[in-house]
Amino acid sequence: MIEVDSRGRRCPLPIIDLAKALPGVPVGEIVRVLADDPAAANDIPAWCRMKQQGYEGSPAAGTYDVRRLI
Amino acid sequence: MHTPVVVDDTVSRVENTAEQAGAPVYLDAASAAPLHPVARQALLAALDDGWADPDRLYAAGRRAQQLRDAATATVAQCLGVRPDELTFLPSGTAAVHAAVLGGLAGRARAGKTLVHSAIEHSAVLHAAARHGDAREVGVDRLGRLDLDAWDAGVRQPGTALASLISASHEAGTLQPVAAAAQMCADAGVPLHVDAAQSLGRSAVPPGWSLLSASARKWGGPAGVGLLVVRKGTRWLSPYPGDDLHRPGPQGPLNLPGVIAAAASLRAVLGEAQAEEKRLFRETEKIRERVKETVPDVEIVGDPVGRLPHLVTFSCLYVDGEALLHALDRQGFAVSSGSSCTASTLRPSHVLEAMGVLSHGNVRVSLHRGTTSTDVDRFLAVLPGVVARIRQEAGM
Repeated sequence: MIEVDSRGRRCPLPIIDLAKALPGVPVGEIVRVLADDPAAANDIPAWCRMKQQGYEGSPAAGTYDVRRLI
Repeated sequence: MHTPVVVDDTVSRVENTAEQAGAPVYLDAASAAPLHPVARQALLAALDDGWADPDRLYAAGRRAQQLRDAATATVAQCLGVRPDELTFLPSGTAAVHAAVLGGLAGRARAGKTLVHSAIEHSAVLHAAARHGDAREVGVDRLGRLDLDAWDAGVRQPGTALASLISASHEAGTLQPVAAAAQMCADAGVPLHVDAAQSLGRSAVPPGWSLLSASARKWGGPAGVGLLVVRKGTRWLSPYPGDDLHRPGPQGPLNLPGVIAAAASLRAVLGEAQAEEKRLFRETEKIRERVKETVPDVEIVGDPVGRLPHLVTFSCLYVDGEALLHALDRQGFAVSSGSSCTASTLRPSHVLEAMGVLSHGNVRVSLHRGTTSTDVDRFLAVLPGVVARIRQEAGM
C-alpha cells in the first residue's frame, strides 16, 4: 500500500500531498494518508467526493484510506 | 554593563497595496456592514442629544428617556413585538448569551438540556459549553437542519430550550424556522432564534419565543444587540442585577448607538425588498461565474433557500489565509472559515458539520453599497489569484 506521510503539515498540504501521490497509485488500489492536522478528517473525504475517488474511512486516528477509482 | 538590545520592530510581511487596481471593495458585511447613512446621521445627532442617563429625573435624563422610548418603539414596531418584550444589549454576542443562559435558567424546573443545530454561531456554542448540557442536531450537505432529528431532540424529556440560527452565517442556508418552531411548540419547549444574519435582509418566520440580533450586521453601529423575550416565556437573569425577570444591559445603555440602530433598522427594512432581489442576483452571479472560471471549487450552501447577500465557496489546494491576503492586496475584503484563518487552528465547525471542503474557503457578503461593478471586478481577479496560489503549491 502506498503511504503518504503528511504529519506535521498544515491543511491544505496533506490534500496536496494526496493529489500529488495519486498518479502513482494503480486504479483500484488504496493510498493511505497520515495527517495530524484536524482539518484532514473533514477535507480528505471532501476531496474524494469532489475528485470522484473512494474514501475508505479512517482505520486509526490521523490515518485515512483512499481508493483510487479513476 | 548591558549592551542595549536592538529591537527589530519592523513588521515582517506587511501587505502592500501596489497591485490594487481600483478603490477598495468591502465584501464582508456578514461580519460588519458599513454604517448606513441614516445610522451615521442619527448617531451624530444622538451624541449631542442622548448622552445622559435615561433613568435620571432631571431634564437631560428625561430627554434621554424619551429618546430611548422612541428607539424602543421603533425597533419593536419593526419586529412586530411589544416594546416591553424588547431589550437592547451591548452586542449580538451578549444578546445570544442572555437568550441562551436566561432561557435555560428560566426553565430549570423543566430540565437542563439545550438543543441546538450543529451550525449555530460560536456564541451559542460557548453558552452551551458553559451550561454543560447540550444536544446537537446535524445538518445536510447544503447546511439544512435535520428536522426529524430536531423533532426527536426537542421531545426528549429534560429539554429546557432550543436554539436555531435563522440562516447560516457561514453558508447562507436558510433554516426551516417555522417547522422547527412548530416542533418546539408541540413539545412545549421555547425556541431561541439567532436572527443576526437575517434581520433587515430576509424575513424571519414567526413562532419563536426568544430572538437575538446585532445592529452592525444590518448597517447599524457596533455595540448594539437586541434581545426579544415574548410574553409568557420564562426567562431568569444569569447575571447579577436588580431585575431577575427582565433582561437589561450590564451597566449603562449605549443610547446613541441604540438610537442609530433603531433609525437604520427602519431605513434598512424600507429598502429590504428591493435590496434582497438585487443582492440575490449578484450572489447568484458569483455562484455561477466562480463555478465556471475557477477549477476544483465547491460552492457551499443551499443554492435557492439562502440569504440574499452571502455566498461561500472553497478552492481545492488553496491555503485560505494566503487567499485572503492575496485578495486583500488586490483591494478585496472577504472572510474565511478555513482553519488557518481561525485562532483555534480548527476548521469552521459549520463547514465540518456540512461535510464540505474547509480549506481555501472564502465567504463573500454584500451590502447596500456593493455595486455590480464591484462584483464583476472581484470575479475578474479571483481566478488568477487562485491559480497563482495553486501554482506556488505545485498544483
